[in-house]
Amino acid sequence: MSKFGNRKKKSVGAIGTSSLPDVVFMILFFFMATTSMREVELRVDLKSSDLPQATEIKKLEKKSLVSYIYVGRPLDQYQTMYGTEPRIQLNSAFAELTDIYEYILAEREMRDEAERPFMTTSLKVHKDTKMGIVTDIKQELRKASALKINYSARHDI
Amino acid sequence: MAKRETPEVNSGSMADIAFLLLIYWLLTTTMDVDTGIARQLPPIPDKTDITEVDINKRNIFIVLINSENLLSVNGTTRKIEDLRDLTKEFVKSNPDDPSMPELESVYIDKLNKRIDVGKGVISLQNDRGTTYGTYIMVQNELVAAVNELRDEAAYEHFGKRNFEALDEDQKEAVRKIVPQRISEAEPKNIGGK
Repeated sequence: MSKFGNRKKKSVGAIGTSSLPDVVFMILFFFMATTSMREVELRVDLKSSDLPQATEIKKLEKKSLVSYIYVGRPLDQYQTMYGTEPRIQLNSAFAELTDIYEYILAEREMRDEAERPFMTTSLKVHKDTKMGIVTDIKQELRKASALKINYSARHDI
Repeated sequence: MAKRETPEVNSGSMADIAFLLLIYWLLTTTMDVDTGIARQLPPIPDKTDITEVDINKRNIFIVLINSENLLSVNGTTRKIEDLRDLTKEFVKSNPDDPSMPELESVYIDKLNKRIDVGKGVISLQNDRGTTYGTYIMVQNELVAAVNELRDEAAYEHFGKRNFEALDEDQKEAVRKIVPQRISEAEPKNIGGK
């Protein structure tokens, strides 16, 4: 049974940490390449679990060509001013239905002329919202001829 | 003048700096990819060219969602779970069934032959009181039905396992064989608020 007893004690050298910064930088660059900055501060209650679920979803490509319209109940701190009924948020402020036309025109103005036909409007709408407001938004988008839309939905598991 | 030796910069804290940057980035970015159902809205019709398009009754598949989120297909109440099969049945070409849409023979240059394609149009109507979640569920089922048929067509005509495996020209051909014609009615208010 001396097999275990007389093992020679080897001293293990300290692990070199000089390449640790390189490793961490690599992780950092990976994240920088794969993620995008948070676009706007949400003022409506719209967690990602509040989006409807679907199976036939497609990825939104070319994020720089996407304009977002958020619809949902105002967050608690805005409810005294804006009530509890679902509201529209454009950029980082509450907006009226009539502001959508201007918003789309402004978004279009910001893009290069060659890219304008590929612009998409992403509708991020709380799943409990009534269709009335969504239908109104769709009519406004048609007036502004922003016809490519994307109903934001998450993957059904 | 004697050359002074520059001392080595201590790089021991480099890792800490990198970690700080990494954590800052993790907090300020969102990981989730934006996904959704892509749709094309119809342009607003000119006042001058509003024409009543006369579509044969058997060619329309009317899907109605009321303010109670109940679904009706061609006048009968249905469950959302059954919608996909009903839609597939409708979009598929049914040569011998007089209650299903008429056929139209379309020349597919990729296959160099004519194929009978159903002339059916899916008409989706909803109320202002319909919940958005239900509306998306119904949209999803309709798109899913068309996508399943396209997968089948891709297998039948090109021997590929699904639509996504085809190249652009073949996709175009399959799109002609299984068209996605979903029309949304001009909004109206039926069921009150």
